[in-house]
Amino acid sequence: MNLIKMRKLWYILSLVIIIPGTLSLAIWGLKPSIDFTGGTQIEFSGTKDKTKLESIASKEKIENYTVTVTNDGLMLRSKKVDEAKQKALKTAVEKEIAGSKEIRVDTVGASISQEITRNSILLVLAASAVIVLFIAYSFRKVPKPANSVEFGLVAIVALLHDALVVLGIFSLLGHFFGIEIDPLFITAILTVIGFSVHDTIVIFDRIRENLIRGSYGNFEDTVSVSVYEMLPRTINTSFLVWVILLVLLIFGGTSIRYFVLALVIGVLSGSYSSILNASPLLVTLQEIKAKRRTKKRNL
Amino acid sequence: MKNKRRNWIRITLLLLLLIFAVGVDWPGGVHISLPKPKFGTQKSFPFVNVKTDGNLFKFDNNLDIKEGLDLQGGSHLVYTVDMSKVAEADRGNALASLQKVIENRVNGFGVSEPTVYTSKNGGEYRVTIELAGIKDTDSAMNIIGKTAKLAFKESNKDGTSFVDTGLGGADMKSASVTFDQNTGAPQISIQFNADGSKKFEEITGRNVGKPLAIYLDETLVSAPNVNAQIVGGNAQITGKFTFQEAKNLSIQLNAGRLPVPISLAEQRTVEATLGQSSVRLSIFAGIIGIAVVSFFMIYYYRLLGVFSTIGLALYLVFTLALFKVFGITLTMGGIAGLILSVGMSMETDVLVFERIREEMRNGRNFDHSYNLGFGRAWTSIRDSNIVSLIICALLLYVGGSVRGFAIVLALGIVVGLVTTFLGTRALIELIARKKFVENNWLFNVEKEQKE
Repeated sequence: MNLIKMRKLWYILSLVIIIPGTLSLAIWGLKPSIDFTGGTQIEFSGTKDKTKLESIASKEKIENYTVTVTNDGLMLRSKKVDEAKQKALKTAVEKEIAGSKEIRVDTVGASISQEITRNSILLVLAASAVIVLFIAYSFRKVPKPANSVEFGLVAIVALLHDALVVLGIFSLLGHFFGIEIDPLFITAILTVIGFSVHDTIVIFDRIRENLIRGSYGNFEDTVSVSVYEMLPRTINTSFLVWVILLVLLIFGGTSIRYFVLALVIGVLSGSYSSILNASPLLVTLQEIKAKRRTKKRNL
Repeated sequence: MKNKRRNWIRITLLLLLLIFAVGVDWPGGVHISLPKPKFGTQKSFPFVNVKTDGNLFKFDNNLDIKEGLDLQGGSHLVYTVDMSKVAEADRGNALASLQKVIENRVNGFGVSEPTVYTSKNGGEYRVTIELAGIKDTDSAMNIIGKTAKLAFKESNKDGTSFVDTGLGGADMKSASVTFDQNTGAPQISIQFNADGSKKFEEITGRNVGKPLAIYLDETLVSAPNVNAQIVGGNAQITGKFTFQEAKNLSIQLNAGRLPVPISLAEQRTVEATLGQSSVRLSIFAGIIGIAVVSFFMIYYYRLLGVFSTIGLALYLVFTLALFKVFGITLTMGGIAGLILSVGMSMETDVLVFERIREEMRNGRNFDHSYNLGFGRAWTSIRDSNIVSLIICALLLYVGGSVRGFAIVLALGIVVGLVTTFLGTRALIELIARKKFVENNWLFNVEKEQKE
């Protein structure tokens, strides 16, 4: 079995995962949490029974609420609640919790500004540009016909692959299961991107070393040997990170469940893309260039 | 011999770092008293409280891990916004920029990860600020509530009152606290932008020998005499400030003035959204995670794994100390990030160890292999970590909670490198050139059959 020889299979597998997610992202987008959209805030006095209010809110079909205990009552924040639902909730709460009273209903704005979301997207673009430049510089010694800019561009393809996998899967999860993305999700995506580039560069570094040493024959064989040499490292590191994420997923509590899930998917995708997409893509690029050269010669 | 000496330097450095870190980590802080030296009087250090008590200098490190709103709750301040002077159509914009200025102020004050949101109820606008912890509510309220409108005024013709010059907070690039060179009193240094510098040059030019008044929120702060035209766009506001007042003022000036006046309507405390049980559960998760990672490292890399487990312990001690020193706010996401970074910090070790094993498999002895291992793994460690640090630097510009995360990530990377290249390496050097290490079993290396 030669991982690099089977590259078409890996590309197809990636596309199978990415295409539905990207379509879903384009059609349905992501489901933003109240931190991004704002919503309704209702205050109750005369009770501190958080669990009771939560169960009533669930019964009244209030979407994505959080209840906070304050020194003089309870505060419920949720997706936008229309007037009918709000009245129903008020009646139910005041009936079921003796002494409780709804004291205020507010329409609240987003606590995460648009700016942060926009900045995150700009960041990914800026980071991509910087990464291409850095790799182009750092890999400038790779022997011809390979070209250090290609290494940079391929690393970016891998990075976008991983970001799209996570975004796409969460778009699908959002549409079909109502899973929302919260501010932590932005952090998760950025972590995944960092991990992805890190992983890719470590393997590229070995390819560079073996190319310069030049003892493994042609380009494809050199890439293949390098990937195999780095396999234990990639598997061990990813394994360690997965173990930790798995433990967090099981014991970490509900508030970070989807954050951890995003990371689990992203780290998996990051290792996959650096071994099975980025490295083979280098070979594919060389093939395309070689074909062009022979075409030119034949003309 | 040179190697040996270099390793002792490594070990000494490591021990110094360890002493410092343990001192910072120690629950309740460390208290040291020293005889008061004769020279000068240093007033404040960044991370320790220094008090003079008779002839003694008392050092107190009173650093606490700051916990976020979700872990410890905090105060919930509601301000009503006075929109009476704002046209109906502009109110949305005014509210958005108000939210931004307040966010900047609270962040400048050092309360990380505050929640700021606006709300509307009929024609009434409000802005709510939630701050983790409640210790500093009063000073936080001082910073949030003031409009902080800065204005420079000159004397009118007959010298009886001051009139606006048109120079104010909008012309400012930045403000900072400095100390008067002669008296040592705190003052606020203002750096004007290009436009402001030009105006300031003009104004001081036509007012030589006359006073120039500085007003804050329409109250006179000081009115120094202009001795000569001032070029370069630098101004100092001296008044009878305490250090804290000067600092608060500079935070407000940097964040910009509030676009609309606000007044405090309600103040209450909110409890943590996540209970202690979920915090305990996550810490439990962290311990299990670390145990599994250590077990795997020792199982797979044997002796080297033992060293990296010691390195991991160092990593935790150092990171915790840096969390305290940098005052990073710990939220649930932060705890998860910290636990995750443990896995990531093993990356450098894995890279080096795999390289060492590779060299040994090629028939080299341990002594030769570990030197090659550290040397050859370096380029990939360097390149990948440089890129990660670049990403961290860019993350700082995203703002919000991402900022804290970027700092945590960057610290994790640097500490990971330090523990591998100081800690793990020092331990390996200690056993290098000993007879017993030339044993492939110790490193889980199967020698390739010679063909």
